[in-house]
Amino acid sequence: MNLTALLLSLRLAALVSLILLLISLPLGSWLAFGKWRGRFLIEAVVSLPLVLPPTVLGFYLLIAMGSRSPLGRLWERLFGHGLVFTFEGLVIASLLYSLPFAVQPVVAAFRGVDPKLIQASAVLGASPLRTFFRIIAPLAFPGLVTAFVLSFAHTLGEFGVVLMVGGNLPGITRTVSIAIYDSAQSLDYASANSMAMVLLGFAFLALSIVYAMNRRVWTPWTPR
Amino acid sequence: MTTPTLVAQIRKGFRSGTLASFALDVEIDVPPGITILFGPSGAGKSTLLDCIAGLTRPDAGRIASGDAVLFDSEAGINLPPQRRSAAYVFQSLALFPHLSAEDNVSYGLAQLSAAERRACTVEILESFRVASHGRHKPGELSGGERQRVALARALVTSPRVLLLDEPLSALDAGVKFEILEDLRGWNAARRLPILYVTHSREEVDALGERVIALDHGRVVATGAPREVLDAPRRLRLAQAAGFENLLAATVLELRQADGVMRVRLETGDAELEVPLAHAAPGDSVRLAIRAGDILLATERPSGLSARNILPGKILSLEPRSTFVTARVDCGATFAVHLTPGACRGLELAEGQNVWMILKTHSCHFVQE
Repeated sequence: MNLTALLLSLRLAALVSLILLLISLPLGSWLAFGKWRGRFLIEAVVSLPLVLPPTVLGFYLLIAMGSRSPLGRLWERLFGHGLVFTFEGLVIASLLYSLPFAVQPVVAAFRGVDPKLIQASAVLGASPLRTFFRIIAPLAFPGLVTAFVLSFAHTLGEFGVVLMVGGNLPGITRTVSIAIYDSAQSLDYASANSMAMVLLGFAFLALSIVYAMNRRVWTPWTPR
Repeated sequence: MTTPTLVAQIRKGFRSGTLASFALDVEIDVPPGITILFGPSGAGKSTLLDCIAGLTRPDAGRIASGDAVLFDSEAGINLPPQRRSAAYVFQSLALFPHLSAEDNVSYGLAQLSAAERRACTVEILESFRVASHGRHKPGELSGGERQRVALARALVTSPRVLLLDEPLSALDAGVKFEILEDLRGWNAARRLPILYVTHSREEVDALGERVIALDHGRVVATGAPREVLDAPRRLRLAQAAGFENLLAATVLELRQADGVMRVRLETGDAELEVPLAHAAPGDSVRLAIRAGDILLATERPSGLSARNILPGKILSLEPRSTFVTARVDCGATFAVHLTPGACRGLELAEGQNVWMILKTHSCHFVQE
Protein backbone atom coordinates (compact mmCIF):
# COMPACT_ATOMS: atom_id res chain seq x y z
CA MET A 1 0.00 0.00 0.00
CA ASN A 2 1.45 3.31 -1.12
CA LEU A 3 -0.03 5.80 1.36
CA THR A 4 1.79 8.80 -0.17
CA ALA A 5 0.25 8.08 -3.56
CA LEU A 6 -3.21 7.60 -2.05
CA LEU A 7 -3.05 10.88 -0.12
CA LEU A 8 -1.77 12.69 -3.21
CA SER A 9 -4.70 11.34 -5.23
CA LEU A 10 -7.21 12.35 -2.56
CA ARG A 11 -5.71 15.86 -2.39
CA LEU A 12 -5.82 16.18 -6.16
CA ALA A 13 -9.39 14.87 -6.41
CA ALA A 14 -10.68 17.14 -3.63
CA LEU A 15 -9.06 20.24 -5.10
CA VAL A 16 -10.16 19.47 -8.66
CA SER A 17 -13.78 18.66 -7.80
CA LEU A 18 -14.07 21.78 -5.66
CA ILE A 19 -12.77 24.02 -8.45
CA LEU A 20 -14.96 22.21 -10.98
CA LEU A 21 -18.05 22.82 -8.87
CA LEU A 22 -17.26 26.54 -8.83
CA ILE A 23 -16.71 26.54 -12.59
CA SER A 24 -19.79 24.49 -13.41
CA LEU A 25 -22.22 26.79 -11.54
CA PRO A 26 -21.86 29.73 -13.96
CA LEU A 27 -20.98 27.55 -16.97
CA GLY A 28 -23.87 25.18 -16.23
CA SER A 29 -26.40 27.96 -15.76
CA TRP A 30 -25.28 29.57 -19.00
CA LEU A 31 -25.65 26.25 -20.83
CA ALA A 32 -29.00 25.53 -19.17
CA PHE A 33 -30.63 28.97 -19.40
CA GLY A 34 -28.62 30.89 -22.00
CA LYS A 35 -30.20 32.07 -25.21
CA TRP A 36 -27.27 31.80 -27.62
CA ARG A 37 -28.16 29.22 -30.24
CA GLY A 38 -24.59 28.00 -30.65
CA ARG A 39 -24.46 26.64 -27.09
CA PHE A 40 -24.41 23.10 -28.39
CA LEU A 41 -20.88 23.71 -29.67
CA ILE A 42 -19.69 24.56 -26.16
CA GLU A 43 -21.53 21.52 -24.82
CA ALA A 44 -19.70 19.36 -27.37
CA VAL A 45 -16.33 20.84 -26.37
CA VAL A 46 -17.05 20.33 -22.68
CA SER A 47 -17.94 16.70 -23.35
CA LEU A 48 -14.90 15.92 -25.51
CA PRO A 49 -12.93 14.30 -22.64
CA LEU A 50 -15.69 11.66 -22.39
CA VAL A 51 -14.82 10.22 -25.79
CA LEU A 52 -11.18 11.22 -26.39
CA PRO A 53 -8.52 8.67 -25.48
CA PRO A 54 -6.75 10.03 -22.37
CA THR A 55 -3.46 9.84 -24.28
CA VAL A 56 -4.78 12.26 -26.92
CA LEU A 57 -5.97 14.72 -24.30
CA GLY A 58 -2.74 14.24 -22.36
CA PHE A 59 -0.63 14.76 -25.47
CA TYR A 60 -2.22 18.10 -26.31
CA LEU A 61 -2.09 19.18 -22.69
CA LEU A 62 1.60 18.32 -22.63
CA ILE A 63 2.13 20.54 -25.67
CA ALA A 64 -0.10 23.32 -24.31
CA MET A 65 1.63 23.41 -20.93
CA GLY A 66 5.17 22.72 -22.19
CA SER A 67 8.00 25.20 -21.76
CA ARG A 68 7.63 26.35 -25.36
CA SER A 69 3.90 27.11 -25.10
CA PRO A 70 2.58 30.57 -24.08
CA LEU A 71 0.93 29.07 -20.99
CA GLY A 72 4.10 27.20 -20.00
CA ARG A 73 6.26 30.31 -20.45
CA LEU A 74 3.84 32.51 -18.51
CA TRP A 75 3.76 29.99 -15.66
CA GLU A 76 7.54 29.82 -15.63
CA ARG A 77 7.84 33.62 -15.44
CA LEU A 78 5.32 33.78 -12.59
CA PHE A 79 6.42 30.81 -10.48
CA GLY A 80 9.97 30.09 -11.64
CA HIS A 81 9.26 26.53 -12.78
CA GLY A 82 7.40 24.78 -15.59
CA LEU A 83 3.93 23.22 -15.47
CA VAL A 84 4.52 19.75 -16.80
CA PHE A 85 5.52 17.09 -14.31
CA THR A 86 4.24 19.25 -11.40
CA PHE A 87 1.20 18.94 -9.10
CA GLU A 88 -0.23 22.22 -10.48
CA GLY A 89 0.04 20.85 -14.00
CA LEU A 90 -1.79 17.75 -12.85
CA VAL A 91 -4.57 19.91 -11.39
CA ILE A 92 -5.03 21.80 -14.66
CA ALA A 93 -5.05 18.58 -16.68
CA SER A 94 -7.55 16.95 -14.31
CA LEU A 95 -9.83 19.98 -14.49
CA LEU A 96 -10.20 19.48 -18.22
CA TYR A 97 -10.33 15.71 -17.99
CA SER A 98 -13.15 15.70 -15.39
CA LEU A 99 -15.02 18.77 -16.67
CA PRO A 100 -17.93 16.86 -18.28
CA PHE A 101 -18.47 14.87 -15.10
CA ALA A 102 -19.15 18.11 -13.24
CA VAL A 103 -20.90 20.16 -15.93
CA GLN A 104 -23.34 17.57 -17.25
CA PRO A 105 -25.08 16.78 -13.94
CA VAL A 106 -25.24 20.49 -13.11
CA VAL A 107 -26.81 21.36 -16.47
CA ALA A 108 -29.29 18.49 -16.14
CA ALA A 109 -30.23 19.58 -12.62
CA PHE A 110 -30.67 23.23 -13.64
CA ARG A 111 -32.81 22.22 -16.59
CA GLY A 112 -34.89 20.10 -14.25
CA VAL A 113 -35.96 23.13 -12.20
CA ASP A 114 -39.54 24.07 -13.13
CA PRO A 115 -39.27 27.25 -15.26
CA LYS A 116 -42.46 28.51 -13.60
CA LEU A 117 -40.58 28.67 -10.28
CA ILE A 118 -37.90 30.82 -11.89
CA GLN A 119 -40.58 33.10 -13.38
CA ALA A 120 -42.39 33.22 -10.03
CA SER A 121 -39.19 34.35 -8.35
CA ALA A 122 -38.69 37.10 -10.93
CA VAL A 123 -42.24 38.46 -10.65
CA LEU A 124 -41.76 38.54 -6.87
CA GLY A 125 -38.97 41.03 -7.47
CA ALA A 126 -35.92 38.79 -7.17
CA SER A 127 -32.85 39.60 -9.27
CA PRO A 128 -31.48 36.77 -11.44
CA LEU A 129 -28.65 36.30 -8.92
CA ARG A 130 -31.05 36.01 -5.97
CA THR A 131 -33.21 33.60 -7.99
CA PHE A 132 -30.12 31.53 -8.65
CA PHE A 133 -29.02 31.25 -5.03
CA ARG A 134 -32.45 31.03 -3.37
CA ILE A 135 -34.36 28.90 -5.89
CA ILE A 136 -32.28 27.26 -8.61
CA ALA A 137 -29.25 26.13 -6.61
CA PRO A 138 -31.23 24.66 -3.65
CA LEU A 139 -33.59 22.81 -5.99
CA ALA A 140 -30.65 21.55 -8.04
CA PHE A 141 -28.82 20.43 -4.90
CA PRO A 142 -28.86 16.69 -5.71
CA GLY A 143 -27.32 17.52 -9.09
CA LEU A 144 -24.59 19.60 -7.46
CA VAL A 145 -23.71 16.72 -5.11
CA THR A 146 -23.70 14.37 -8.08
CA ALA A 147 -21.33 16.69 -9.92
CA PHE A 148 -18.94 16.88 -6.97
CA VAL A 149 -18.97 13.15 -6.28
CA LEU A 150 -18.57 12.10 -9.92
CA SER A 151 -15.72 14.49 -10.63
CA PHE A 152 -14.04 13.41 -7.38
CA ALA A 153 -14.29 9.72 -8.25
CA HIS A 154 -13.25 10.28 -11.84
CA THR A 155 -10.20 12.34 -10.88
CA LEU A 156 -9.22 9.78 -8.27
CA GLY A 157 -9.08 7.07 -10.88
CA GLU A 158 -7.46 8.89 -13.81
CA PHE A 159 -4.41 7.27 -15.33
CA GLY A 160 -3.61 8.10 -18.95
CA VAL A 161 -3.65 11.87 -18.69
CA VAL A 162 -1.61 11.79 -15.46
CA LEU A 163 0.99 9.61 -17.07
CA MET A 164 1.27 11.95 -20.06
CA VAL A 165 1.53 15.29 -18.25
CA GLY A 166 2.56 14.31 -14.74
CA GLY A 167 4.99 11.53 -15.24
CA ASN A 168 5.64 9.42 -12.18
CA LEU A 169 7.34 11.52 -9.49
CA PRO A 170 6.77 10.12 -5.96
CA GLY A 171 4.88 12.59 -3.75
CA ILE A 172 4.39 15.04 -6.62
CA THR A 173 2.69 13.33 -9.50
CA ARG A 174 2.57 9.65 -8.62
CA THR A 175 -1.15 9.11 -8.07
CA VAL A 176 -2.66 5.95 -6.70
CA SER A 177 -3.63 4.55 -10.10
CA ILE A 178 -0.05 4.92 -11.29
CA ALA A 179 1.21 3.33 -8.08
CA ILE A 180 -1.10 0.37 -8.76
CA TYR A 181 0.34 0.06 -12.25
CA ASP A 182 3.89 0.19 -10.85
CA SER A 183 3.14 -2.43 -8.20
CA ALA A 184 1.53 -4.74 -10.72
CA GLN A 185 4.46 -4.29 -13.13
CA SER A 186 6.90 -5.22 -10.37
CA LEU A 187 4.67 -8.21 -9.46
CA ASP A 188 3.87 -6.75 -6.01
CA TYR A 189 0.26 -7.98 -6.26
CA ALA A 190 -0.51 -7.58 -2.55
CA SER A 191 0.24 -3.85 -2.63
CA ALA A 192 -1.57 -3.40 -5.95
CA ASN A 193 -4.59 -5.24 -4.58
CA SER A 194 -4.84 -3.20 -1.38
CA MET A 195 -4.79 0.07 -3.34
CA ALA A 196 -7.17 -1.26 -5.98
CA MET A 197 -9.60 -2.30 -3.22
CA VAL A 198 -9.52 1.23 -1.82
CA LEU A 199 -10.37 2.68 -5.25
CA LEU A 200 -13.10 0.10 -5.79
CA GLY A 201 -14.60 1.02 -2.41
CA PHE A 202 -14.48 4.72 -3.25
CA ALA A 203 -16.10 4.20 -6.62
CA PHE A 204 -18.93 2.14 -5.10
CA LEU A 205 -19.49 4.68 -2.34
CA ALA A 206 -19.53 7.55 -4.84
CA LEU A 207 -22.04 5.90 -7.14
CA SER A 208 -24.24 4.91 -4.19
CA ILE A 209 -24.37 8.56 -3.14
CA VAL A 210 -25.19 9.65 -6.68
CA TYR A 211 -28.03 7.18 -7.13
CA ALA A 212 -29.43 7.82 -3.66
CA MET A 213 -29.47 11.57 -4.28
CA ASN A 214 -31.21 11.18 -7.60
CA ARG A 215 -33.74 8.73 -6.21
CA ARG A 216 -34.44 11.41 -3.60
CA VAL A 217 -33.63 9.05 -0.74
CA TRP A 218 -32.53 12.16 1.13
CA THR A 219 -33.94 15.50 0.10
CA PRO A 220 -33.73 18.83 1.81
CA TRP A 221 -37.51 19.28 1.37
CA THR A 222 -40.58 17.09 1.51
CA PRO A 223 -41.34 15.46 -1.81
CA ARG A 224 -44.78 16.20 -3.23
CA MET B 1 -55.18 54.82 -1.32
CA THR B 2 -55.99 52.98 -4.50
CA THR B 3 -53.54 51.79 -7.11
CA PRO B 4 -53.96 53.41 -10.54
CA THR B 5 -55.65 51.67 -13.43
CA LEU B 6 -53.34 49.52 -15.49
CA VAL B 7 -53.57 50.36 -19.18
CA ALA B 8 -52.21 47.91 -21.73
CA GLN B 9 -52.06 48.02 -25.51
CA ILE B 10 -50.39 44.89 -26.73
CA ARG B 11 -49.62 43.44 -30.14
CA LYS B 12 -47.92 40.11 -30.38
CA GLY B 13 -47.75 37.67 -33.27
CA PHE B 14 -46.69 34.05 -33.23
CA ARG B 15 -45.61 31.84 -36.02
CA SER B 16 -45.48 28.15 -35.34
CA GLY B 17 -44.37 26.15 -38.36
CA THR B 18 -47.08 25.79 -40.96
CA LEU B 19 -49.90 26.59 -38.52
CA ALA B 20 -51.78 29.79 -39.07
CA SER B 21 -50.05 32.52 -37.13
CA PHE B 22 -51.81 33.61 -33.98
CA ALA B 23 -51.87 37.27 -33.13
CA LEU B 24 -52.79 39.02 -29.93
CA ASP B 25 -53.99 42.55 -30.55
CA VAL B 26 -55.74 44.10 -27.57
CA GLU B 27 -56.21 47.30 -25.69
CA ILE B 28 -57.48 46.84 -22.16
CA ASP B 29 -57.91 48.76 -18.92
CA VAL B 30 -57.64 47.06 -15.56
CA PRO B 31 -59.18 49.47 -13.04
CA PRO B 32 -58.99 48.96 -9.26
CA GLY B 33 -61.15 45.96 -8.40
CA ILE B 34 -61.58 42.62 -10.08
CA THR B 35 -61.67 42.37 -13.87
CA ILE B 36 -62.35 38.96 -15.33
CA LEU B 37 -60.60 37.89 -18.49
CA PHE B 38 -62.90 35.33 -20.05
CA GLY B 39 -62.60 33.34 -23.22
CA PRO B 40 -62.17 29.91 -24.76
CA SER B 41 -58.79 28.23 -24.46
CA GLY B 42 -56.33 29.46 -27.03
CA ALA B 43 -57.90 32.93 -27.00
CA GLY B 44 -54.62 34.47 -25.81
CA LYS B 45 -55.46 35.00 -22.14
CA SER B 46 -52.22 33.61 -20.71
CA THR B 47 -50.13 35.35 -23.35
CA LEU B 48 -51.73 38.64 -22.36
CA LEU B 49 -50.85 38.06 -18.69
CA ASP B 50 -47.29 37.06 -19.61
CA CYS B 51 -46.89 40.30 -21.57
CA ILE B 52 -48.08 42.40 -18.62
CA ALA B 53 -45.81 40.55 -16.18
CA GLY B 54 -42.80 40.94 -18.48
CA LEU B 55 -42.35 37.21 -19.11
CA THR B 56 -43.13 37.62 -22.81
CA ARG B 57 -42.12 40.61 -24.88
CA PRO B 58 -44.88 42.12 -27.01
CA ASP B 59 -44.02 43.08 -30.60
CA ALA B 60 -45.44 46.53 -30.03
CA GLY B 61 -47.53 48.47 -27.58
CA ARG B 62 -47.47 50.20 -24.24
CA ILE B 63 -48.18 49.00 -20.70
CA ALA B 64 -48.47 51.57 -17.95
CA SER B 65 -49.83 51.95 -14.45
CA GLY B 66 -50.32 55.62 -13.60
CA ASP B 67 -46.98 57.33 -14.23
CA ALA B 68 -45.03 54.10 -14.23
CA VAL B 69 -44.35 52.82 -17.74
CA LEU B 70 -43.64 49.09 -17.73
CA PHE B 71 -43.31 48.66 -21.47
CA ASP B 72 -43.28 51.06 -24.39
CA SER B 73 -42.04 49.80 -27.72
CA GLU B 74 -41.70 53.31 -29.15
CA ALA B 75 -39.78 54.72 -26.20
CA GLY B 76 -37.71 51.53 -25.97
CA ILE B 77 -38.83 50.80 -22.41
CA ASN B 78 -39.08 47.18 -21.31
CA LEU B 79 -38.77 46.67 -17.56
CA PRO B 80 -37.71 43.16 -16.55
CA PRO B 81 -40.32 41.20 -14.54
CA GLN B 82 -38.55 41.82 -11.22
CA ARG B 83 -38.97 45.58 -11.64
CA ARG B 84 -42.61 45.63 -12.75
CA SER B 85 -44.20 44.83 -9.42
CA ALA B 86 -46.86 42.86 -11.25
CA ALA B 87 -47.79 39.93 -9.01
CA TYR B 88 -48.71 36.75 -10.84
CA VAL B 89 -50.37 33.57 -9.58
CA PHE B 90 -49.87 30.80 -12.12
CA GLN B 91 -52.29 27.98 -12.68
CA SER B 92 -49.67 25.64 -11.21
CA LEU B 93 -49.17 28.17 -8.36
CA ALA B 94 -45.37 27.68 -8.53
CA LEU B 95 -44.89 27.67 -4.77
CA PHE B 96 -41.23 27.09 -3.91
CA PRO B 97 -41.21 23.45 -2.75
CA HIS B 98 -38.11 23.80 -0.56
CA LEU B 99 -39.42 26.82 1.40
CA SER B 100 -42.04 26.88 4.15
CA ALA B 101 -45.36 28.71 3.59
CA GLU B 102 -43.96 31.66 5.57
CA ASP B 103 -40.74 31.78 3.60
CA ASN B 104 -42.71 31.58 0.37
CA VAL B 105 -44.81 34.55 1.41
CA SER B 106 -41.90 36.65 2.68
CA TYR B 107 -39.83 35.89 -0.44
CA GLY B 108 -41.08 39.01 -2.21
CA LEU B 109 -40.36 41.26 0.79
CA ALA B 110 -36.57 41.21 0.58
CA GLN B 111 -36.33 44.99 0.84
CA LEU B 112 -37.97 45.08 4.31
CA SER B 113 -36.27 44.48 7.66
CA ALA B 114 -36.64 41.03 9.20
CA ALA B 115 -39.18 42.30 11.76
CA GLU B 116 -41.37 44.08 9.19
CA ARG B 117 -41.17 41.07 6.90
CA ARG B 118 -42.36 38.80 9.66
CA ALA B 119 -45.21 41.14 10.64
CA CYS B 120 -46.50 41.45 7.05
CA THR B 121 -46.24 37.70 6.51
CA VAL B 122 -48.15 36.81 9.67
CA GLU B 123 -50.84 39.40 8.92
CA ILE B 124 -51.58 38.16 5.43
CA LEU B 125 -51.41 34.48 6.37
CA GLU B 126 -54.07 35.27 8.99
CA SER B 127 -56.22 37.11 6.44
CA PHE B 128 -56.11 34.05 4.22
CA ARG B 129 -56.63 31.73 7.20
CA VAL B 130 -53.45 29.72 6.81
CA ALA B 131 -51.45 31.21 9.72
CA SER B 132 -51.35 27.83 11.46
CA HIS B 133 -49.55 26.34 8.45
CA GLY B 134 -46.72 28.89 8.35
CA ARG B 135 -44.00 26.34 9.03
CA HIS B 136 -45.28 23.74 6.58
CA LYS B 137 -43.75 23.15 3.17
CA PRO B 138 -46.09 23.29 0.14
CA GLY B 139 -45.92 19.48 -0.14
CA GLU B 140 -47.55 19.20 3.29
CA LEU B 141 -50.50 21.47 2.47
CA SER B 142 -53.88 20.62 0.94
CA GLY B 143 -54.84 22.01 -2.46
CA GLY B 144 -56.92 24.81 -0.96
CA GLU B 145 -54.21 25.76 1.53
CA ARG B 146 -51.63 25.93 -1.24
CA GLN B 147 -53.94 28.23 -3.19
CA ARG B 148 -54.29 30.51 -0.16
CA VAL B 149 -50.52 30.64 0.35
CA ALA B 150 -50.00 31.45 -3.33
CA LEU B 151 -52.51 34.33 -3.17
CA ALA B 152 -50.92 35.62 0.04
CA ARG B 153 -47.44 35.47 -1.50
CA ALA B 154 -48.59 37.53 -4.49
CA LEU B 155 -50.65 40.09 -2.55
CA VAL B 156 -48.20 40.75 0.29
CA THR B 157 -45.89 42.62 -2.07
CA SER B 158 -48.54 45.36 -2.63
CA PRO B 159 -48.22 45.02 -6.39
CA ARG B 160 -49.41 47.48 -9.05
CA VAL B 161 -51.56 44.75 -10.50
CA LEU B 162 -52.38 41.16 -9.58
CA LEU B 163 -52.55 38.65 -12.41
CA LEU B 164 -54.38 35.40 -11.69
CA ASP B 165 -54.28 32.62 -14.28
CA GLU B 166 -57.07 30.19 -13.40
CA PRO B 167 -55.68 29.78 -9.89
CA LEU B 168 -58.71 27.90 -8.57
CA SER B 169 -59.47 25.59 -11.48
CA ALA B 170 -58.30 22.49 -9.62
CA LEU B 171 -60.46 23.03 -6.53
CA ASP B 172 -63.94 21.80 -5.70
CA ALA B 173 -66.71 24.37 -5.51
CA GLY B 174 -66.94 24.74 -1.71
CA VAL B 175 -63.26 25.52 -1.16
CA LYS B 176 -63.20 27.70 -4.26
CA PHE B 177 -65.92 30.06 -3.04
CA GLU B 178 -64.40 30.40 0.44
CA ILE B 179 -61.12 31.46 -1.17
CA LEU B 180 -62.85 33.86 -3.57
CA GLU B 181 -64.65 35.41 -0.58
CA ASP B 182 -61.31 35.93 1.20
CA LEU B 183 -59.80 37.44 -1.93
CA ARG B 184 -62.72 39.83 -2.29
CA GLY B 185 -62.51 40.71 1.40
CA TRP B 186 -58.79 41.45 1.19
CA ASN B 187 -59.22 43.60 -1.88
CA ALA B 188 -62.35 45.48 -0.76
CA ALA B 189 -60.27 47.94 1.27
CA ARG B 190 -57.15 47.95 -0.88
CA ARG B 191 -58.69 48.22 -4.34
CA LEU B 192 -55.83 46.67 -6.29
CA PRO B 193 -56.39 46.18 -10.00
CA ILE B 194 -56.83 42.41 -10.35
CA LEU B 195 -56.96 40.65 -13.71
CA TYR B 196 -58.50 37.23 -13.20
CA VAL B 197 -58.40 34.66 -15.99
CA THR B 198 -61.01 31.96 -15.90
CA HIS B 199 -63.33 30.05 -18.13
CA SER B 200 -65.51 28.99 -15.24
CA ARG B 201 -68.91 30.59 -15.29
CA GLU B 202 -69.25 29.98 -11.52
CA GLU B 203 -66.15 32.03 -10.80
CA VAL B 204 -67.40 34.86 -13.01
CA ASP B 205 -70.68 34.97 -11.12
CA ALA B 206 -68.93 34.87 -7.74
CA LEU B 207 -66.41 37.60 -8.51
CA GLY B 208 -67.97 39.48 -11.32
CA GLU B 209 -67.56 43.18 -11.41
CA ARG B 210 -66.36 43.51 -14.94
CA VAL B 211 -65.64 41.05 -17.74
CA ILE B 212 -63.35 41.36 -20.74
CA ALA B 213 -64.15 38.64 -23.26
CA LEU B 214 -61.24 37.60 -25.45
CA ASP B 215 -61.36 35.44 -28.54
CA HIS B 216 -58.75 34.76 -31.23
CA GLY B 217 -56.48 37.35 -29.63
CA ARG B 218 -59.08 40.15 -29.81
CA VAL B 219 -61.34 41.75 -27.22
CA VAL B 220 -64.86 40.81 -28.34
CA ALA B 221 -66.84 42.32 -25.47
CA THR B 222 -66.35 44.33 -22.29
CA GLY B 223 -68.87 45.05 -19.55
CA ALA B 224 -70.81 43.62 -16.64
CA PRO B 225 -70.85 39.80 -16.56
CA ARG B 226 -74.59 39.68 -17.28
CA GLU B 227 -74.26 41.81 -20.40
CA VAL B 228 -71.24 40.00 -21.77
CA LEU B 229 -71.96 36.40 -20.90
CA ASP B 230 -75.75 36.17 -20.83
CA ALA B 231 -76.07 37.61 -24.30
CA PRO B 232 -72.83 36.60 -25.99
CA ARG B 233 -72.35 38.01 -29.44
CA ARG B 234 -69.80 35.47 -30.61
CA LEU B 235 -70.27 31.78 -31.17
CA ARG B 236 -67.03 30.68 -29.47
CA LEU B 237 -67.77 32.86 -26.49
CA ALA B 238 -71.27 31.37 -26.26
CA GLN B 239 -69.75 27.91 -26.21
CA ALA B 240 -67.27 28.93 -23.55
CA ALA B 241 -69.97 30.64 -21.49
CA GLY B 242 -71.94 27.41 -21.36
CA PHE B 243 -74.73 27.84 -23.89
CA GLU B 244 -75.51 24.20 -24.53
CA ASN B 245 -77.92 24.81 -27.43
CA LEU B 246 -76.55 26.53 -30.51
CA LEU B 247 -79.02 26.41 -33.39
CA ALA B 248 -79.16 27.75 -36.93
CA ALA B 249 -82.46 29.36 -37.92
CA THR B 250 -84.06 31.40 -40.72
CA VAL B 251 -85.96 34.62 -40.06
CA LEU B 252 -89.63 34.36 -41.13
CA GLU B 253 -91.30 37.55 -40.01
CA LEU B 254 -90.48 40.72 -38.05
CA ARG B 255 -92.97 42.15 -35.55
CA GLN B 256 -91.45 45.54 -34.88
CA ALA B 257 -94.29 46.70 -32.60
CA ASP B 258 -93.87 43.73 -30.25
CA GLY B 259 -90.05 43.81 -30.40
CA VAL B 260 -89.97 40.18 -31.54
CA MET B 261 -89.54 38.12 -34.67
CA ARG B 262 -90.40 34.59 -35.71
CA VAL B 263 -87.72 32.21 -36.91
CA ARG B 264 -87.75 28.62 -38.19
CA LEU B 265 -85.04 26.21 -37.03
CA GLU B 266 -82.96 24.84 -39.87
CA THR B 267 -83.30 21.24 -38.69
CA GLY B 268 -86.94 20.22 -38.34
CA ASP B 269 -89.68 22.75 -38.86
CA ALA B 270 -90.14 24.11 -35.32
CA GLU B 271 -90.79 27.85 -35.14
CA LEU B 272 -89.69 30.12 -32.32
CA GLU B 273 -90.46 33.65 -31.24
CA VAL B 274 -87.23 35.43 -30.44
CA PRO B 275 -86.19 39.01 -29.59
CA LEU B 276 -86.07 41.39 -32.52
CA ALA B 277 -82.66 41.67 -34.10
CA HIS B 278 -81.17 43.59 -36.98
CA ALA B 279 -82.26 41.13 -39.66
CA ALA B 280 -84.63 40.75 -42.60
CA PRO B 281 -86.97 37.86 -43.48
CA GLY B 282 -84.96 35.10 -45.15
CA ASP B 283 -81.75 35.90 -43.23
CA SER B 284 -79.89 33.11 -41.47
CA VAL B 285 -79.26 33.66 -37.77
CA ARG B 286 -77.68 31.59 -35.02
CA LEU B 287 -79.38 31.18 -31.66
CA ALA B 288 -77.83 30.35 -28.30
CA ILE B 289 -80.08 28.94 -25.58
CA ARG B 290 -79.03 27.74 -22.16
CA ALA B 291 -80.11 24.21 -21.28
CA GLY B 292 -81.11 25.55 -17.85
CA ASP B 293 -83.49 28.14 -19.39
CA ILE B 294 -85.80 25.53 -20.93
CA LEU B 295 -88.78 24.07 -19.05
CA LEU B 296 -90.36 20.68 -19.65
CA ALA B 297 -94.00 19.78 -19.11
CA THR B 298 -95.73 16.42 -19.53
CA GLU B 299 -98.98 18.06 -20.69
CA ARG B 300 -99.53 21.02 -22.94
CA PRO B 301 -99.48 23.97 -20.55
CA SER B 302 -101.91 26.87 -20.84
CA GLY B 303 -102.04 30.30 -19.27
CA LEU B 304 -98.28 30.84 -19.53
CA SER B 305 -96.49 34.04 -20.48
CA ALA B 306 -93.81 32.06 -22.32
CA ARG B 307 -94.39 32.32 -26.06
CA ASN B 308 -92.65 29.20 -27.27
CA ILE B 309 -94.27 25.87 -26.45
CA LEU B 310 -92.96 23.03 -28.62
CA PRO B 311 -93.97 19.35 -28.62
CA GLY B 312 -91.10 16.90 -28.49
CA LYS B 313 -89.91 13.48 -27.41
CA ILE B 314 -87.25 12.60 -24.82
CA LEU B 315 -84.34 10.85 -26.54
CA SER B 316 -82.20 10.30 -23.46
CA LEU B 317 -81.82 11.22 -19.79
CA GLU B 318 -78.25 11.50 -18.50
CA PRO B 319 -77.82 12.08 -14.77
CA ARG B 320 -74.92 14.44 -13.86
CA SER B 321 -73.74 15.37 -10.38
CA THR B 322 -76.36 18.02 -9.56
CA PHE B 323 -78.68 17.92 -12.55
CA VAL B 324 -80.05 15.68 -15.29
CA THR B 325 -79.49 16.43 -18.96
CA ALA B 326 -82.48 15.54 -21.09
CA ARG B 327 -82.08 15.39 -24.88
CA VAL B 328 -85.38 16.36 -26.44
CA ASP B 329 -86.17 15.95 -30.12
CA CYS B 330 -88.58 18.46 -31.61
CA GLY B 331 -87.21 18.41 -35.12
CA ALA B 332 -83.92 19.75 -33.77
CA THR B 333 -82.38 18.18 -30.68
CA PHE B 334 -82.27 20.35 -27.54
CA ALA B 335 -80.35 19.80 -24.32
CA VAL B 336 -82.46 20.61 -21.25
CA HIS B 337 -81.21 20.68 -17.65
CA LEU B 338 -83.55 19.51 -14.89
CA THR B 339 -83.01 18.90 -11.22
CA PRO B 340 -83.02 15.20 -10.28
CA GLY B 341 -86.10 15.94 -8.14
CA ALA B 342 -88.03 17.44 -11.06
CA CYS B 343 -87.06 14.48 -13.21
CA ARG B 344 -88.47 12.05 -10.59
CA GLY B 345 -91.53 14.21 -9.87
CA LEU B 346 -92.58 14.25 -13.52
CA GLU B 347 -91.70 10.55 -13.86
CA LEU B 348 -89.84 11.32 -17.06
CA ALA B 349 -88.61 8.41 -19.15
CA GLU B 350 -86.83 7.98 -22.44
CA GLY B 351 -89.25 7.91 -25.40
CA GLN B 352 -91.84 9.99 -23.55
CA ASN B 353 -93.66 12.85 -25.28
CA VAL B 354 -93.17 16.22 -23.55
CA TRP B 355 -93.67 19.93 -24.13
CA MET B 356 -90.70 22.29 -24.17
CA ILE B 357 -91.26 25.83 -22.92
CA LEU B 358 -88.93 28.65 -23.88
CA LYS B 359 -89.13 32.34 -23.00
CA THR B 360 -88.55 34.70 -25.92
CA HIS B 361 -85.71 36.43 -24.09
CA SER B 362 -83.92 33.18 -23.31
CA CYS B 363 -83.03 33.07 -27.01
CA HIS B 364 -79.81 34.96 -27.79
CA PHE B 365 -78.16 35.70 -31.10
CA VAL B 366 -74.53 34.95 -31.77
CA GLN B 367 -72.20 35.65 -34.66
CA GLU B 368 -69.91 33.05 -36.14
